[in-house]
Amino acid sequence: MRTFYIFIKYFFITIWSMFVIAPFLWALSTSFKDFNSVTGGAKYIPWLQFEPSLEGWSVLIRSQGKGGVNIIEPYFNSVFVTCSASLLSIIFGTLAAYALSRFTFKAGFIRNNDITFFFISQRIMPPIVLSIPFFLMLGFLGLLDSLLGLILVYMVLLMPIAVWIMVDFFNRVPKEIDETALIDGCNPFEAFFKVVLPNSIPGLIVAGLFCIIFGWIDFFFAFILTFTKVQLLPVAIVALNSSVTPWWSLSASALVSVAPLIIVAFIVERYLSKGNLSGALK
Amino acid sequence: MNFRHKFAFLLPGLVVLIGILIFPIGFMIRLSLSSWDTFYPGLDFIGIDNYIRLFTDDSRFWESFFRLSFLSITTVSLQYIIGFSLALMVWRDIIFKRFFRVLFLIPMMTTPVIMTVIWRTFFHESLGPVNDVLSIFGVAPPWLTNEHLAKVTIIIVEVWQWTPFMFLLLLAGLLSLPKEPFLAASVDGAGPIRKFIYVTFPLMAPISIGAIIIRLIEASKIMDTVYVLTSGGPGTSTETSSYYIFVKGLREFQFGYSAALSFTYLIIMIISLTIISKFLVKLLIKK
Repeated sequence: MRTFYIFIKYFFITIWSMFVIAPFLWALSTSFKDFNSVTGGAKYIPWLQFEPSLEGWSVLIRSQGKGGVNIIEPYFNSVFVTCSASLLSIIFGTLAAYALSRFTFKAGFIRNNDITFFFISQRIMPPIVLSIPFFLMLGFLGLLDSLLGLILVYMVLLMPIAVWIMVDFFNRVPKEIDETALIDGCNPFEAFFKVVLPNSIPGLIVAGLFCIIFGWIDFFFAFILTFTKVQLLPVAIVALNSSVTPWWSLSASALVSVAPLIIVAFIVERYLSKGNLSGALK
Repeated sequence: MNFRHKFAFLLPGLVVLIGILIFPIGFMIRLSLSSWDTFYPGLDFIGIDNYIRLFTDDSRFWESFFRLSFLSITTVSLQYIIGFSLALMVWRDIIFKRFFRVLFLIPMMTTPVIMTVIWRTFFHESLGPVNDVLSIFGVAPPWLTNEHLAKVTIIIVEVWQWTPFMFLLLLAGLLSLPKEPFLAASVDGAGPIRKFIYVTFPLMAPISIGAIIIRLIEASKIMDTVYVLTSGGPGTSTETSSYYIFVKGLREFQFGYSAALSFTYLIIMIISLTIISKFLVKLLIKK
């Protein structure tokens, strides 16, 4: 019985691992192909089944005039928008989360929980519902097709995540810490910045990671709210898909764009194994 | 703690969020009462005509809504079952524990649209590896152009992409469980299956509910995958609500009508998610 269970367990894990890895291996193999080896049916192993070529990777660094694919600028745009929106969301989100966790708010029937729910419930909003008004609003403000406009919009996506994680986190930081600081003569701001915040680094990192993940993987708003001047990475890559589909450069650019977040997977795992995540995610 | 301080903490975030959101939502409601399209751009007032059209004369919207419900319930159930199994398997000792944990997390870190582009080549009818392998058995199913298989493909891609998120939430939950109930169960001589049914599962119920609801919320927005994988096709057979609103609003530029669709869709979403969470709480917490 016990051996059978272990057998099933490793069998299942192997199958799932193969399923997880398959598209990456396929993309890696495809990125070294050229026209002939793509159109000749599915092939997997370089040298053995097809002659590898560096065409797919070299178009990424070639200038656009020579038939290159411009993904370097979208790359920096994506990094900039994701990081600034995450940072702003964390700042506003953490302050609000601290207030919601420590003070009592009362306005009519509205209590702390209702305000927290208001923040978090913005995730329920389907992006499509906001897209047309956002489109017209940013057009009116002259922020369409600009980085600043995107950052504003992304804050709506990311602040709920920051508030959600930080409220839970602050609820578990003992209140005695700030009370002691207040008794020692700090005002609430000093107590927060000097005492509570340094004790909240794990929570801040987890919230930051989640903001970065969900900012980096968004496609829809970038797709609708930008056209030519500013392009984000996912949009640039999906645009490759619509033309005569050069699978090799498509695969190469896809791999380049998913690579940085795989590092995030390692950091998330570290926090998970240390047990810091368990509280932050409940 | 005086009045000034607590608002100094809360207000910046609240004001920014409301400031960004109040116009879009107000404007959407106003827009839904107008007939703004490419022929007559402008905010006229036509009362609830758009809503009448939506409820009496638009079976495509309701079909897309039922399709969305089917897709999200299927994908989330699969994600929950697979994610929970995976979490249980790497919870306790296993060789290469950390390696598997990282590996199982990776798909959720990748951009869905970009991976979907890869999946599209993966499921390509004549040049993709899936049909290459299946051709050994003499079949080459048209994954993206058959109306039933296209749904299966979307489900496979969604399960690949988002099972890791379920896995992450459930594993974090498992790791935070207290040890005493398990010790007590061992003392009573419970086997692994009984332990799971009577100890692990009940303890995990609140976390399970949370994870399922979060995933349902995110799954109800399925749109990127559909856009890249099938563009709603063949015909309208993989169109979800979001995608249909997108087609009406930003392809056919019927702003007024699509605002009415959006608003109705939002209300339906809020009501159904509330009902589902109440139902799940009843189902999973029996006491």
